[in-house]
Amino acid sequence: MILVVVPAFNEEKKIGRVISDLLKQGFSDVLVVDDGSVDSTSQIALDGGGKVLRHKINRGQGASLETGNEYARQNNYEFVVHFDGDGQFNPRDVIIAIEKIKKEQADLLLGSRFLDDRSQIPFLKKKIVLPISKIINYFLTGVWLSDVHNGFRILNKKALHSLQIDQDGMAHNTEIVKKAKKNKLKIIEHPVEVIYHNYGQGVLGGFKILWDLIIK
Amino acid sequence: MYLIQILLILFFIFALVKVSVRYKKGELKIGVFIGWTLFWIIAGIVAIIPNSTSYFAGLVGVGRGADLVVYLSLALIFFMIFRLYIRIENQEKNITKIVRKDALSDKK
Repeated sequence: MILVVVPAFNEEKKIGRVISDLLKQGFSDVLVVDDGSVDSTSQIALDGGGKVLRHKINRGQGASLETGNEYARQNNYEFVVHFDGDGQFNPRDVIIAIEKIKKEQADLLLGSRFLDDRSQIPFLKKKIVLPISKIINYFLTGVWLSDVHNGFRILNKKALHSLQIDQDGMAHNTEIVKKAKKNKLKIIEHPVEVIYHNYGQGVLGGFKILWDLIIK
Repeated sequence: MYLIQILLILFFIFALVKVSVRYKKGELKIGVFIGWTLFWIIAGIVAIIPNSTSYFAGLVGVGRGADLVVYLSLALIFFMIFRLYIRIENQEKNITKIVRKDALSDKK
């Protein structure tokens, strides 16, 4: 039993497409965690055939993912897929990734933009921001990864029950890897395609993550 | 007595009154009430007798009494910011827990 958790905040323009693409790939349980959107995200998600949990106020992406994880724990799912709600991921990657995590008997699968050449990563991000972030991530987590912070991941039941996300904001990405290492979970990476609609969270967002990780 | 001393003393009296009113309303615990009352009384004594700090400054190796007051005030302010930060963080986590519980109990 697989649950795809899609955190979404004001994604009414894209959430419908994301859900329909996931359903077309055969994932019947798509859970949108609407993080206090003020637009029609929840309604569109429901109309599109998704399940919806709604945060009454905005709490951040990490908080939304943990809400999805808790739903998965309560309903005994075998695998949880974290999949962004802004349409930047390719739903076809999920099927292959699920097969891989099962085949390699891994606990945590992390998407990577650097394991193939499908993602058109903006120059500054590819050459400066991400390489520096990878080094910082290594020092914070003790795990050397080919990519950081892209939001695509799959947790098996063991990972789901041993990892609790406490970082409400974007620092959850690093937190998850750090806790996975601490709990001796098997981590693997898998190539994913990321389609850039805009620059993403930028350099300032990176500093915010670092601040959260150090202070919180 | 200089004008600044009068203004400071008036402010400290105002602060003492506010502390007392909040204590009477039950908004402050007894320990917090006593702590703040002592703090404003000591501040008042320092304002009336500025040289009183020189003795303590000499004891700890600070040249001037005024400098000692500034150092202690800064240390206190940073400590209070730290305390407030921790408290706000805890409140944020609790808010998230409540929002999550509400969301999970109201699945659509």
